[in-house]
Amino acid sequence: MSHLKDDSGAKLGMWLFLFTELLLFGGLFLLYSAYLSRYPHEFSAAGRQLNVVFGTINTVVLLTSSLLVAMAVTAVQRGERRRTLWLLGGTILCAAIFMAIKYVEWSTKILHGIYPNSPHLAAGPPGESVFFSLYFMSTGIHGLHVLIGATLLAWVGSKVKRGAVHGGDYILLENSALYWHLVDLIWIFIFPLYYLIL
Amino acid sequence: MTSDTGAHHIVGYAKLAQVWLALLALTALTVLITRLELGGYKVLGALTIACLKSGLVIAFFMHMKYEGRLLRWLLFVALVTLAIFIGLTFFDVLYR
Amino acid sequence: MTTVQPTQPSFWNDTGKTGLAAWIFSTDHKRIGLLYFYSTFGFFLVGVLLGLLLRIELMAPGRTIMGPQTYNALFTVHGVVMIFLFIIPGFQGSFGNLVMPIQIGARDVAFPRLNLFSWWLYIIGAVIIITSLFTGGGPPDTGWTFYVPFSSRTGTNVSLAVFGVFVVGFSSILTGLNFITTIHRLRAEGMTWGRLPLFVWSLYATAWVQVLATPILAITLVLVMAERLLGTGLFDPGRGGDPVMYQHLFWIYSHPAVYIMILPAMGVISDVIPVFSRKPIFGYKMIAFSSIAIAAFGSLVWGHHMFTSGMSDTAILVFSFLTFIVAIPSAIKVFNWVSTLYKGSISLDAPMLFALSFILLFSIGGLSGLILGAAATDVHVHDTHFVVGHFHYVIFGGAGFAFFAAMHYWLPKFYGRRYAEKPAIVAWALMFVGFNVMYFTMQVLGMKGMPRRYYDYLPEFATLNLVATIGSWILVAGLIVMLVNLFRGLFRGEPFVGNPWGGATLEWTTATPPPTENFEEEPVVTHGPYDFRGTGIP
Repeated sequence: MSHLKDDSGAKLGMWLFLFTELLLFGGLFLLYSAYLSRYPHEFSAAGRQLNVVFGTINTVVLLTSSLLVAMAVTAVQRGERRRTLWLLGGTILCAAIFMAIKYVEWSTKILHGIYPNSPHLAAGPPGESVFFSLYFMSTGIHGLHVLIGATLLAWVGSKVKRGAVHGGDYILLENSALYWHLVDLIWIFIFPLYYLIL
Repeated sequence: MTSDTGAHHIVGYAKLAQVWLALLALTALTVLITRLELGGYKVLGALTIACLKSGLVIAFFMHMKYEGRLLRWLLFVALVTLAIFIGLTFFDVLYR
Repeated sequence: MTTVQPTQPSFWNDTGKTGLAAWIFSTDHKRIGLLYFYSTFGFFLVGVLLGLLLRIELMAPGRTIMGPQTYNALFTVHGVVMIFLFIIPGFQGSFGNLVMPIQIGARDVAFPRLNLFSWWLYIIGAVIIITSLFTGGGPPDTGWTFYVPFSSRTGTNVSLAVFGVFVVGFSSILTGLNFITTIHRLRAEGMTWGRLPLFVWSLYATAWVQVLATPILAITLVLVMAERLLGTGLFDPGRGGDPVMYQHLFWIYSHPAVYIMILPAMGVISDVIPVFSRKPIFGYKMIAFSSIAIAAFGSLVWGHHMFTSGMSDTAILVFSFLTFIVAIPSAIKVFNWVSTLYKGSISLDAPMLFALSFILLFSIGGLSGLILGAAATDVHVHDTHFVVGHFHYVIFGGAGFAFFAAMHYWLPKFYGRRYAEKPAIVAWALMFVGFNVMYFTMQVLGMKGMPRRYYDYLPEFATLNLVATIGSWILVAGLIVMLVNLFRGLFRGEPFVGNPWGGATLEWTTATPPPTENFEEEPVVTHGPYDFRGTGIP
């Protein structure tokens, strides 16, 4: 029973929220695994149509952004305000690069007639249509999380700048960083499952 | 059980950079092994590496290594729950 | 443990402000609790009205007061309102918020602003659901389960309704994580896990179900919307999808969701029965443990909703087996409640009558659930009125009656006034009789083969349907008596002070109604929640 700021409590709450995100994507992975076991060959053929280079670059970009935001937490803990801001800026830049590459990827696919309910997919084998629907749903919802995460970090960055988040009170940055790492974690699984396997 | 969410621990830049290098190496490894003709083992290999990578992210970037028992247990519960959801569904998917 | 004379104003008039804004923007858990109470209970009454109309339609074969499309819409909306707008947010939102922080000796929940945000999300979701009834293609007609392929093809306004449910689900998740954090972090000094009231234990287990299962519903509903708006075809067999996968995803949430509905109810019963038996609860540890066990095992059994869906035989066997395991922790609770009653000094006040009828009705519901959980017998009664009867025995006879028990037990504490005892007992008797006449008849009808969700039926079912409809009128008569008596009492009844029932949990040690920060000074807990030696009542 205390009105003191409870950072451990806030962190516990954030982790619980991350679990819900994990389970949200878990539903998509469940569908993926069920349909993979039904259509291994179609999934294999469809997966080869995705651009491995783009996928790999995006993986590196996200891993780097994760590093930067982790370093931003270290920086704020050490009271290095300017460095925190630079690192957060770098994270958001990575997010922008990721979204730009995603945009190119999506528009190329759509240009080739590959999008949910497209005539091209309707004419192809059923497993292919399922694969791409899952691909668009997973990367779409993941992309939405990238946008939310980047906005969150920008908002926290402005608080760091104003001195509202500092070496003595940085739970907000710590929790936002946790959220950003989750975005990275999800991608760590999306990347091999959609771009690499088969 | 009220104070076991861990004290504040500062992870040095060097350590974070090492973890990042390990993650990049593992990414390269995944791409490499999935280019080989390994059949079904590809899925297994790629997922194992993905689990390793997320383990690294959770332990170091997300500071789980320095947290108390409570958070680790809760994370374990969440992961087991997801595994059960997927696993039990496969009693249907595999034997249909 | 005598009740201290209040020196701080109660939470009703602490801010000096009155009017709506002082309530809908308040972060006080007690005010939020009452907001939840009035909004969820309001939707309960809407659901009752819809149910009453459904029963009138079924009073006689053929068209009675409505056509088939209206009937489909009504049972869908009845289900959606009752489940997503009343019973899932109801317990956690109203009594969880009102009582739990006080029971653990805290001033508020861990995240008070998030708590208010949860209520707002709930209201926004509810408004979206209501909007879906009057816009687009009209009210959804899929049943509350939104099964594909019908839900992805019907012209009614499923997309918006599903989005509303998504928003309400998000509110439920936030409440869950708020409560888990609160129970972990804000217990008063001396409030060990072994001294938590069993209501708090049940809320804790429920919160875990909310956190871990609700996201699966969220993604399922997103997929239904994508199916309708983008044509993803993930559940469309014509394009490689599988409708049975929808059922898996839906029930992965929706089976655990019935434990979101019933677990807090069991917690209420575990708190009420010892107080009115003047005896410590029998088997405290086992009841606490069984709450967790129900939450855990309850997450493994979703497949028993799908025995006739074309799921693999292996899965049917596995899920049928697992279903029987859930019966064990539920039975543990029932045995412990009955053992608590044994040789107790029982006083049959209104909360106790509701609690006792909970035990009976929940047991009937639970046993009929075993008939449905056994794969062989399920095939016979699947999708009949037997299922409808079973579900209402558990959720209305169980959770609903426990909600009424909680209303009679805790609301006077927060209003400082009480209802009259005799009309409350009359209301209970009417509801108990009406309930059994209605739903037991439904179970018999189901055994005879009357399907659910049909607005018409064969003439041989006519008599029993008439009986069930008359039962619904008795039930509603009792409900009206209860409402009038309870609310007249809360606003204009006799003063309710001190600890008249002799409860030993922390909420009975503070002023009535409680002050803003719940306690005059931080409580230090020195005994268990059912240790009645210090309550001053023999």
